Amino acid sequence: MYAYDELDRTLVHERVSEFRDQVNRRLSGELTEDEFKMLRLQNGVYLQLHAYMYRVAIPYGTLSSRQLRALAHVARRYDRGYGHFTTRQNIQYNWIKLAELPDAMADLAEVGIHSMQTSGNNTRNVTSDQWAGVAPGEVEDPRIWSELLRQYTTLHPEFSFLPRKFKFAITASDHDRAAIKVHDIGLRLHRNADGETGFEVLVGGGLGRTPFIGKTIKPFVHGHDLLSYVESILRVYNQYGRRDNIYKARIKILVHELGIEKFAQEVEEEWQQMRGSALTIDDAVIEDIRSRFSYPAYEKLPHMPEELRKAAHDRHFEAWRKNSVFPHKAPGYAIVTLSLKPVGGPPGDATAEQMDAIADLADQYSFGEIRVGHEQNLALPHVARRDLPVLWKALDRIGVATPNVNLVTDIIACPGLDYCSLANARSIPIAQELTRRFANHETATMIGRLHVNISGCINACGHHHVGHIGILGVEKNGEEFYQITIGGRADEHAEVGTLIGPAVRYGEVADVIEDIVEAYLALRARPDELFVDSVKRLGVEPFRERVYATR
Amino acid sequence: MTSPLEQKKIRITGPSVVTANRTWDGAVIYRTTGRAWSTDLSDAAIVRTSDTARALLAESVDDDVGAIGAYIAPVAVEDSGEIKPGNLREHIRSEGLTIDLPVPA
Repeated sequence: MYAYDELDRTLVHERVSEFRDQVNRRLSGELTEDEFKMLRLQNGVYLQLHAYMYRVAIPYGTLSSRQLRALAHVARRYDRGYGHFTTRQNIQYNWIKLAELPDAMADLAEVGIHSMQTSGNNTRNVTSDQWAGVAPGEVEDPRIWSELLRQYTTLHPEFSFLPRKFKFAITASDHDRAAIKVHDIGLRLHRNADGETGFEVLVGGGLGRTPFIGKTIKPFVHGHDLLSYVESILRVYNQYGRRDNIYKARIKILVHELGIEKFAQEVEEEWQQMRGSALTIDDAVIEDIRSRFSYPAYEKLPHMPEELRKAAHDRHFEAWRKNSVFPHKAPGYAIVTLSLKPVGGPPGDATAEQMDAIADLADQYSFGEIRVGHEQNLALPHVARRDLPVLWKALDRIGVATPNVNLVTDIIACPGLDYCSLANARSIPIAQELTRRFANHETATMIGRLHVNISGCINACGHHHVGHIGILGVEKNGEEFYQITIGGRADEHAEVGTLIGPAVRYGEVADVIEDIVEAYLALRARPDELFVDSVKRLGVEPFRERVYATR
Repeated sequence: MTSPLEQKKIRITGPSVVTANRTWDGAVIYRTTGRAWSTDLSDAAIVRTSDTARALLAESVDDDVGAIGAYIAPVAVEDSGEIKPGNLREHIRSEGLTIDLPVPA
């Protein structure tokens, strides 16, 4: 966990006071909506179909149990008893009243949580691997650098009025769980041949209307130079990024239009002027941030305790353990993913009661810490393996132990037309139907790893472009239709999926996905060839033929 | 206020209402014949020509304190006089989510 200092606390509380005044002026008519809109957006307040939506940042996906209880409290007191975890390590409340928002913000500020820059044309919540600090083989904890960037970019005047929103993601593992290749700037922490720690810097990734996979602009930037290099990129973007057309304003368009070589040259020229300046980070700063992260005092525990041996006879426990429990850097410990994808449920939603219960379980079994992943699930990062059986029973009781992590029913979905003012089509009912179709655990396990992503419009909040199967809702003559792509992925081998053919009607989507999965089962080279690898090997044609032959 | 240029573009092809979200809580509201707002679609003023739609929208947009983002939305008027939303988006705004809430209301 990271402990805020007095400066952080003051900043967060002052922001609440400032916004309270702005809300009062808006409600009294002193501020028009045109004047107020940018102010509310800079505090994560959108207007959706039914109500205001309030987006709260969970920097690098790390929460304390106290913070999670505060999120539950806001859901219960100011909303309708639940929240929605998003693909960017935020939580969204769907029914917040503007008049009550300052009070909700003040309650969150008490535990160091805020919503600054969760919307607007600025640098957004810095995201990271939800297993940061506990993943085996990690170079080092990427949250230290995430926190450095968070501090640097928060309320930075030069980054507060960018051409468009700007997103960072950081990983320090070989397997990318932070989707860094689909971010404006992706950072991969690694060691060079001399054993020094630094970053591979990728730029220009992004989804939305025009998807691009990020390109490496510099293979190694030393940690000391991270801020000056990142600022150089942002300066070039700020100077040349388009402000005349919202659809062409993201940095990915600039990188694409200039070409990565020319863009890199511009950044290099900028950097040569800034390198060695006050932005060079000395070790003391890094060590200060590092010292504010607390790490559990792990016990020496056996890898296979007696409790696990006994529980292995319970097939339901074993199904969950094999699916949702992952290796930890400390012997005798595990990372446990909590599925927020129950059969028939809205993906990523958690009730206040679930959040409170998870906070209690985190105190009891995970040193009071919870993580939020971009897949819209939660994780307990420090669980002693001996506690797994008893923890599983407790998680099962509150409905977050569905053993479907990374399987076909672990669906990433945006809120879609049920909530969102931008959406053209519904996402959640499609996800719910798919979870019912593939509810059988043995079948889902036999299918293997398969990521289904659903977006209700081209803005791609459900990251459909990089789903192994992507589903995009569109509107045709007032009716919901869905385009299906296959072969996308968001990991270290990130790719944009390929459209398989004409869009299909709402009522056909689940049948089409079943057809695609059946085709895969018939065509895969062996049982452990993943869906996405079969598509890579075979191309989309066999799947297209299967879907459209009888339609 | 909607600019004259934007108002000129307004064309309706059937019965319509003006809808918005209420400023203090974001609730869905409809402009009534009494120059007020209601959360009930059945209270909405129905317009059937582009000119009356433009006028109702202009009057609605003037209330910047009470409402946000006023716009014209299609409706269907049943033989019984009942007003129904004219498309799925407006149906969801009027009737609520098409899914169950995670927590019963």
